[in-house]
Amino acid sequence: MSKLSKLVTDPINLNNPITVQVLGICSALAVTVKLEPAVVMSLSVTFVIAFSNVIISLLRNTIPTRIRIIVQLVVIAFLVIIVDQFLKAFVYDVSKQLSVFVGLIITNCIIMGRLEAFALGNKPFPALLDGIGNGAGYGIILIIVAFFRELFGSGTIWGLQVIPQALYDAGYENNGLMILPPMALIVVGAIIWIQRGSFKSLQEK
Amino acid sequence: MENLLNIFIKSIFIENLVFAYFLGMCSYIAVSKTVKTANGLGLAVIFVMGITVPVNFLLNKYVLEAGALQWLGSSFSEVDLSFLSFIIFIAVIASMVQLVEMIVEKFAPALYANLGIFLPLIAVNCAILGASLFMQERAYQTLGEATVFGLGSGVGWFLAIVAIAAIRERIKFSNVPPALKGIGITFIITGLMGIGFMAFMGIKL
Repeated sequence: MSKLSKLVTDPINLNNPITVQVLGICSALAVTVKLEPAVVMSLSVTFVIAFSNVIISLLRNTIPTRIRIIVQLVVIAFLVIIVDQFLKAFVYDVSKQLSVFVGLIITNCIIMGRLEAFALGNKPFPALLDGIGNGAGYGIILIIVAFFRELFGSGTIWGLQVIPQALYDAGYENNGLMILPPMALIVVGAIIWIQRGSFKSLQEK
Repeated sequence: MENLLNIFIKSIFIENLVFAYFLGMCSYIAVSKTVKTANGLGLAVIFVMGITVPVNFLLNKYVLEAGALQWLGSSFSEVDLSFLSFIIFIAVIASMVQLVEMIVEKFAPALYANLGIFLPLIAVNCAILGASLFMQERAYQTLGEATVFGLGSGVGWFLAIVAIAAIRERIKFSNVPPALKGIGITFIITGLMGIGFMAFMGIKL
């Protein structure tokens, strides 16, 4: 596999930002009650990572090291404001559901982490690919978690009912615990368990 | 007075930033290996939150909100700068952290030795920005309420990180499945703690 395509594929599994690097968990857990906000959130984060990576990579030789954190925060905040205004204008309902978590993309550690670890030392194009890869890795976990939480918590997928009415008539109940915050942690814990069970190199000593 | 106490208790237990909103999870997981460091970071968070939330409250009330600039003259009464709040809040937090770091280093070297290394970490702790955004979203009315909310959220976060650090210190000696070791089990324990904290939801204040 070429080096460039590895930049995109690596973060999706073996170097996943959430389950391996353990970054950006805050927002990942809070927006996964339903599939739709989770997808919107993943797209927003991917957009912000990719473009902030490119911008910082372009500026990397001109930023003084001492104030780089502030510069990075300003770039990220600028992109997040664009995303926030965009969501408010086009998908207002979802933006209301995401509430403060759109703003919290600014302090999403994945973004700061990628800027520090990658964009400051690489050319813009690899930085763009790295951003897209990490955004996708983040998105995949979000979508898996949201899928299970929505399926078991509300019996729907993307708002459409998938568990047949006959099952409810027979006494099936939605698992109310699934839509409460703690279950998100447990679902992510289970994903980590499965992933590390199948890729032994990821296990901690 | 009763109202303030109410907000304080609520922000510590019922709306605990970690267990109910997953804020500050990154540092919560990364820095909770020993109780001593968890203590240091927790105290630093209380400290910074107790300062930044009231400062951001004042900025929000007198600069950012719709109609907040009325004190400049009636021609400003229509101005709504709230779309700038992300960038202003994060700038306040980043500069506050820098300022606090310098002040503590100058006047309380002993405290600096304990908190010093954690302060820069805090600028990107989502819990801090989260507290400011919740303050804005819930529209607290007075400076007192905002301060108490900031301190209470900080105390809640402190409580959570010290508790998980204590558990992790003990769990090192237990027989955890290899694939769950480290962060996997930490996620699941946090989930269980969150379920425990849900018991406080029944408290009506």
